[in-house]
Amino acid sequence: MNATATGTLGIVMLCHTALRRAAQVARFWLEAGCPVVIHLDRAVPAAEAQAMRDDLGSHPLLAFGPRHRCDWGSWHLVAATQDACDLLLRQFPQVGHVLLTSGACLPLRPATDMQAYLAAHPQTDFIESVAIEHATWTMGGLSEERFTLYFPFNWHKQRWAFDQFVEVQRKLRIRREIPRPLRPHMGSQWWCLTRATLSAILNDPKRKRYERYFRRNWIPDESYFQTLARMHARAIESRSLTLVKFDRNGRPNLFYDDHLHLLRRSDCFMARKIWPEANRLYDFFLSDAARKLPPVAPEPAKIDRYFELAERQRTQGRAGLYMQSRFPGIDSSASKTAGPYSVFSGFDHMFEHFEHWLGQVTGTRPHGHLYAPERVQFHGGAKVWHGAISDSAAIRDYNPRMFLTNLLWATRGERQCFAYGPEDTMDHEVNWFMATDTNAEIHVIRGAWVLGLWQRAEISESVVAEAGRLHRREQDWLEILQSRWRMARLQVWSVADIRHAPELALKKAVSEIADPVALTAHGTAPLRPLDGFDAYLLALRNAGLAPQVFKNFQGDARR
Amino acid sequence: MLTPLPFWQDQWFAFRMHWKRRRYRARAIARARDLTCLKRGPRWGRGAILLFCTIRNEIERIDWFLHHYRALGVGHFIFVDNASTDGTRAHLLAQPDATVYATEASYKRARFGMDWINWLMLRHARGHWCVVADADELLIYPHWQTRPLRALTDWLDAQGQPALPSMMLELYPKGPLDQAACHPGIDPVQALNWFDAGNYTITHKPLLDCLLVQGGPRARCFFAQTPERAPTLTKLPLIRWNWHNAWVNSTHSILPRHLNRQFATDGGEGVSGLLLHTKFLATVVEKAKIEKARGEHFGNAAVFDSYYDTVAEAPDLWCAQSTRYEGWQQMEDLGLMSRGGWA
Repeated sequence: MNATATGTLGIVMLCHTALRRAAQVARFWLEAGCPVVIHLDRAVPAAEAQAMRDDLGSHPLLAFGPRHRCDWGSWHLVAATQDACDLLLRQFPQVGHVLLTSGACLPLRPATDMQAYLAAHPQTDFIESVAIEHATWTMGGLSEERFTLYFPFNWHKQRWAFDQFVEVQRKLRIRREIPRPLRPHMGSQWWCLTRATLSAILNDPKRKRYERYFRRNWIPDESYFQTLARMHARAIESRSLTLVKFDRNGRPNLFYDDHLHLLRRSDCFMARKIWPEANRLYDFFLSDAARKLPPVAPEPAKIDRYFELAERQRTQGRAGLYMQSRFPGIDSSASKTAGPYSVFSGFDHMFEHFEHWLGQVTGTRPHGHLYAPERVQFHGGAKVWHGAISDSAAIRDYNPRMFLTNLLWATRGERQCFAYGPEDTMDHEVNWFMATDTNAEIHVIRGAWVLGLWQRAEISESVVAEAGRLHRREQDWLEILQSRWRMARLQVWSVADIRHAPELALKKAVSEIADPVALTAHGTAPLRPLDGFDAYLLALRNAGLAPQVFKNFQGDARR
Repeated sequence: MLTPLPFWQDQWFAFRMHWKRRRYRARAIARARDLTCLKRGPRWGRGAILLFCTIRNEIERIDWFLHHYRALGVGHFIFVDNASTDGTRAHLLAQPDATVYATEASYKRARFGMDWINWLMLRHARGHWCVVADADELLIYPHWQTRPLRALTDWLDAQGQPALPSMMLELYPKGPLDQAACHPGIDPVQALNWFDAGNYTITHKPLLDCLLVQGGPRARCFFAQTPERAPTLTKLPLIRWNWHNAWVNSTHSILPRHLNRQFATDGGEGVSGLLLHTKFLATVVEKAKIEKARGEHFGNAAVFDSYYDTVAEAPDLWCAQSTRYEGWQQMEDLGLMSRGGWA
């Protein structure tokens, strides 16, 4: 048994599809002098199996193991592995380490590299083996229960029965006894064990007892060798030499041709699973192409990052994006818009050149009234804005909510500020959308629309009617803004507040977005002169407008 | 944002759409007599990806169209040639991997060609992954240059997703429309390399449970006063066909209803593609005059006369905020398509 010191690497391959590729990989190992035992799934049609045998021909280092039918997560996977390993160890005494791979695995480094690595660690078993109390990645919350419940139903084909049966067992507090002295461990099913450990596992006097137990476990291929290796191994390195990236459903991600540069940076020796048609990957890694290129430093974090990013894109999406494959239901996404924005209502009526001043102190490009009835008032009177968003009021009003989300998406990274008020085309849905959007920051001067009216028109019957309409609209809006479902940040002043302390209010409104240096340099925007406004108010009141309107202009309205 | 329908209303819609689907399939079978098979291509095999296309006078596009989809791994093309006069038909007949049907019947009466496509798919497409595209639509999807369609369909199969949601991205030239000449066999995207990056609006249609995406340069320039009339841009160009499916309105929507819901509603992103729409080559100006006279393209054709008139004047669709097309990564960054979980 001192073969471990000088032994070669032996390969066990579990194949069920893409046999052409599996044969290609097997040939790679054979050429490197590594014995290979192939297990062909019993479900593989006889013709295909024969074709593979013919393809590989007879080779002194090649053998085929007894065939089992391996469903996902079934015991037969373990049985197939046991039989194949048994055969490998018996037939090839020179084998020191055994690597378990599948037909869809691809070696990422030359066989000599791997042999040299294993020769440097002759006593080490490379098997990911994590105690169940620490295994947090498991699907469906089953980790310890994998070892203590019964699983007569197939998870893929009989999901309902599977779930119900687990539920019933939980209720009845059924617990299977774990045979002593096993301490359940789990981990990747792709391992590389030493001859000593593997034969100890296969020749364990209690093997029959353990088999009876594991046969009833769920996914024993991720726990049988992982658990028993803990008993028999001398030195375990708890990591897999095979790179596998799982998606959120617990399925391994496929590797394609364009992953070549990522795979070259892996620190693993094998990768799973490869799309069978990925010609470039197979050609590259199974030839000596890599040797001709300058070597790259391993950077496994890069691979992790790449797949995590894709995973996040699938599960969380990009905030504020609405597209043909992302249309979140109400409250199902963390953020409804792409970035924070500020809404100023009434400031342009109260302050001289407010828009210009706002641009100066914040360094942004503030818009006018985006929802003005005639056309969209983009910054600087632009006809189209980023993303080719048109200034047509008809297009905007066709879907006013998406007009806003589109604008915020197209200008990601640039703070958007715009004016909004009762004189605009106020859409009920948009009002609710902004009020319940955590990205919105809304500053309202109540009643400032009267100043707008005053600057525009003499008092007449139609003006009084319009004033009534604007007042009602403002009331509706404020009601939404002050409802208990509001998530936007909100500040409300009355006109009287502003007249009382204009600078303070203005500074407070822009406190979060203004550049302090610019604010000191430019000061605050001056109030518009209000000569004659009080007389206008009086005239409005006498024309029959509701008294609530005028509260905003009395000093005592301030609270 | 998506608001779920009340249960009974949903059931009622499902019931109505069930009968609509049966009606459309019956129509498709009835319209089968419009079609005569001019050429039957070689057997395409069980796993082949098929492409279905109704075509009329597209000689300047057809070469690139065939090249593009062959490169993606389409195994066989099935064309319906609707009375072409510019040699398109002869050209199609010369293709080794194409089956060609011909018809002189009215495009409009065949529900804008959908009855023919429904019939041919009923006949040939069962169980196959199929691309359904017009001659001016080039399908792209994440990683399309390095991963053939088969990689995508394998992955979609593994996810249990039967179709790929896509949006038509209208490409246009910089300058008047009659300047963008394109010679056969040349990538039309070279002549048309500008697009609108972010002015698309989405409405959810509960009856079909589909998304209605509108916007783009046509909405911006031709329908600025009547945006509700702007063309629909959502499409399902790649689908695994089941015999009981039926297209409703071009490939914008399909029945049964659940096939339309290929968008993620959980806040995440699903995988999606784009159809690069190369309509605005120079010939569009000439064609607008012809199509206006034919009146075969819209239900209420008269309403769209002004649209044809505007196009016939060869306007410039380009604006200062147009974006230049650079490739799929750019499309993904702009949120026009997504890889979903397909890393």
